[in-house]
Amino acid sequence: MKFGSMMRTGLVAAGLLAGAAGSAFAQGAPIKVGILHSLSGTMAISETTLKDVMLMLIEEQNKKGGVLGRKLEAVVVDPASNWPLFAEKARELLQKDKVAAVFGCWTSVSRKSVLPVFEELNGILFYPVQYEGEESSRNVFYTGAAPNQQAIPAVDYLMANEKVQRWVLAGTDYVYPRTTNKILEAYLKLKGVKQEDILINYTPFGHSDWQSIVADIKKFGSAGKKTAVVSTINGDANVPFYKELGNQGIKAKDIPVVAFSVGEEELAGIDTKPLIGHLAAWNYFQSVKNPTNEAFIKTWQTFTKNPKRVTNDPMEAHVIGFAMWIEAVKKAGTTDPDAVIDAMIGIAVPNLTGGLSAMMPNHHITKPVLIGEIQGNGQFDVVSSTALVLGDEWSDYLPDSKDLISDWRKPMSCGNFNVVTGKCGGKGK
Amino acid sequence: MLFLRPLARLLPALASMLVSGLIAATAFAADLPALVGSLTTGSFGDRETAIGALAASGEQRAAPILEALGAGQLYVRKSDNLVLIGKPDGNQLALTEAISGKAAGSGSEAGLDRIRVNNRLRGIIEAAIGSLTLMSPDARVRRGAAEALFKRRDASSLAALDLALAAEKDPRIKQSMSEARAASVLASDASSAQKLEAIALVRERADRDSLGVLQATAVAATDPEVKAAATAGADAVRQTLAAWEVAQNVWYGISLGSVLLLAAIGLAITFGTMGVINMAHGEMVMLGAYTTFVVQEVIRTSAPHLFDASLLIALPLAFAVAGGIGILIERGIIRFLYGRPLDTLLATWGLSLVLQQAVRSIFGSSNREVGAPSWMSGAFQVGQINVTYGRLWIVVFSLMVFVALIALLRKTPLGLYMRAVTQNRPMASAMGIRTPRVDALTFGLGSGIAGLAGVALSQIDNVSPNLGQGYIIDSFMVVVFGGVGNLFGTLIGALTLGVVNKFLEPYAGAVLGKILVLVFIILFIQRRPRGLFALKGRSVE
Repeated sequence: MKFGSMMRTGLVAAGLLAGAAGSAFAQGAPIKVGILHSLSGTMAISETTLKDVMLMLIEEQNKKGGVLGRKLEAVVVDPASNWPLFAEKARELLQKDKVAAVFGCWTSVSRKSVLPVFEELNGILFYPVQYEGEESSRNVFYTGAAPNQQAIPAVDYLMANEKVQRWVLAGTDYVYPRTTNKILEAYLKLKGVKQEDILINYTPFGHSDWQSIVADIKKFGSAGKKTAVVSTINGDANVPFYKELGNQGIKAKDIPVVAFSVGEEELAGIDTKPLIGHLAAWNYFQSVKNPTNEAFIKTWQTFTKNPKRVTNDPMEAHVIGFAMWIEAVKKAGTTDPDAVIDAMIGIAVPNLTGGLSAMMPNHHITKPVLIGEIQGNGQFDVVSSTALVLGDEWSDYLPDSKDLISDWRKPMSCGNFNVVTGKCGGKGK
Repeated sequence: MLFLRPLARLLPALASMLVSGLIAATAFAADLPALVGSLTTGSFGDRETAIGALAASGEQRAAPILEALGAGQLYVRKSDNLVLIGKPDGNQLALTEAISGKAAGSGSEAGLDRIRVNNRLRGIIEAAIGSLTLMSPDARVRRGAAEALFKRRDASSLAALDLALAAEKDPRIKQSMSEARAASVLASDASSAQKLEAIALVRERADRDSLGVLQATAVAATDPEVKAAATAGADAVRQTLAAWEVAQNVWYGISLGSVLLLAAIGLAITFGTMGVINMAHGEMVMLGAYTTFVVQEVIRTSAPHLFDASLLIALPLAFAVAGGIGILIERGIIRFLYGRPLDTLLATWGLSLVLQQAVRSIFGSSNREVGAPSWMSGAFQVGQINVTYGRLWIVVFSLMVFVALIALLRKTPLGLYMRAVTQNRPMASAMGIRTPRVDALTFGLGSGIAGLAGVALSQIDNVSPNLGQGYIIDSFMVVVFGGVGNLFGTLIGALTLGVVNKFLEPYAGAVLGKILVLVFIILFIQRRPRGLFALKGRSVE
């Protein structure tokens, strides 16, 4: 008898120990987070800093103990501004590294390239950059601005404040500028601007010889009506563009340029004194003064060991997206993509401009619209700001998309529901 | 004692003048603080009214205050609400009191609130300063004021312009002021006769800004005669400008052509005389650009006063670096692959990737900033053509390199050996020329010139590891089009392609323009496979 009870105690003890050891082992396995940003090539000027901010956010979260009792591990890949390589790297992250979520992409062509991969492998992508809309995927959370959170308010500002009557829409030749310009052209015509007062122009990535185009802008702007340039030029082509504007003496008070893809990071490498007064439209600027932003900037500059390192809007989008993902994982109790996607809607986290951002059923967030003027030190001076605007990816100014809405909550769970016909699957995703 | 009596008579006059002056000064002084105070509060719209009032006050201190406001140098001290002008002085600001102009020591931005303006206000300030500085003793300031007022065409500056015109002695500035007056007349409610006179004056000026003025008048005018005259004037100016535009496009074409020439001429030598397809040629350009960056970094940290000479210092270094690496490539890789063009192509392609990655590992993959020396910044006007100094120097430099290369080939022993080896290798070898050595030096020369091109390109393009990729295709296009191995062919080819590209760009856009040029070259090669000017000779077998 004594032996039997000893055996039983021994077995129970062994079982308890094994259980404890087992759970400790399970607690140790880190959650992998994928970072899919170009670290070389023409977009590296913009995307490298996003990789760095993700590493900082992951490190900060790990200091708080990770999530669900597990630490986070960053998996960084370099798709090198090569759009097909983006899709390959996305597949690698989801299949080989088995990441729980991916934070990545900048250009819309890179996002379009990875979209089929994420939908096939049921991954989650947090896309932090302003884009052209006309898309809504269950697997993507769009933390950047839709056209109604950036492009349209910028045009409104120029019309109201600078009394602009002639418009040059200059962009890099790919889907984002082309679609945004379509939307803007429709919007301008709606506001009564004539076709001959709109000049549209596209250049390849990395274009460096801006002489003729800037001369054209000068010519277009000397018709006696106030002219402005709406720039969707992406990547390092912006540097010779602004240099040429300075060389040809185009001052912001004569022909202002409002850019949608130029922030503190892109200005970090150029002398901005000739550019004072040119504008950018974003939902965040480093110069916005409030305690949350100041704490963030301090942490960032300590992390990068560079007191002059700047912050910008897509970084804020990653801050918001990452915080939302952590909250959703906690709410769902798992990193399983389907559970997290369902748990994400309705989550609200603080943004860096002193308010709250909430994830809405169409997978977009609420953001304030800020217009800033370039200063001599590469920072922006906010000259106009709005209340929170909800992102609307299906533009009301294009005939194909004005009847579409997106709602990923059950039971609708549709990205392009046509309210007029009452059917899901309006325009293609 | 004799002088005391006239002095005594003068005394009351002096006294009354002093008193009235004092009264006037205090009266003005009472206005100025109020006006300046209204600048510091309110919205941008309120600030606009305040600027207008300040400009209309005619105050002497108004101009410097408005200038500071426009430049973002007007501050309010948080502690005592004193309005200060702060000019950057090293890390601090040199402060002066805005209203009195007295020096107020130096300080940092920490205790100060900058009075902010936006674009619209800056334009209004410029016009306001224009009307305030029309009577400035400095001729350049008066000229600038007249030009600014012409662009703004504001009816309210008529009075100031009339005053200034009466006092002006310099004929050129008087002309500017008359044109500014004419533009202001057109924006005002003057009689039709006056407006017609003004239109004639503006039309004679015949530049971009006058076109703007005439077009705006044509749209806004109610009198049909004025409208007709303005439209006719605008058409005439437009025609003149169109002619200048052709010249401008030719200039842009030459400038683009000079860039292509610099990039391609090294390739003309290696591809032309040796028949070696060097896909790493673009990376030689990139190495030249990075050499410039390193030179500038060294100068920035140890000898900042040499910055303006940094490019001149970088030139021989870039030549040495790129040429040295070129010789290494030739001796190490290409030598074994003569007569096997596809293998050379593949090997040099791989080499270009290795070089790009090596630079990425050493310098990082982000773009590097290469600054322009002061003599390469800015622009000047030739008629209606805007010529930037940077591009002008690049055109001059590329022609100098071209001439130097021709001289080297024609006059030096090395050039002689190179030509001999190109024309008939076995015979040259039989004559005692060490052909392997000549091959290595030729390749080094071609790469070295690419390095020189990199120094020039660092001024107009981003310096990144991918710099070479943007020029390799264009270089091959120029060499093939101009005639393989013929330097003059390369020159003509580069200039032609540059000009054609620039004439296509306004109509077809940058992307389609390049495609059309490529299609044109392909069709051209079908007719003349050896290019424009073919070189007769046998390449390395």
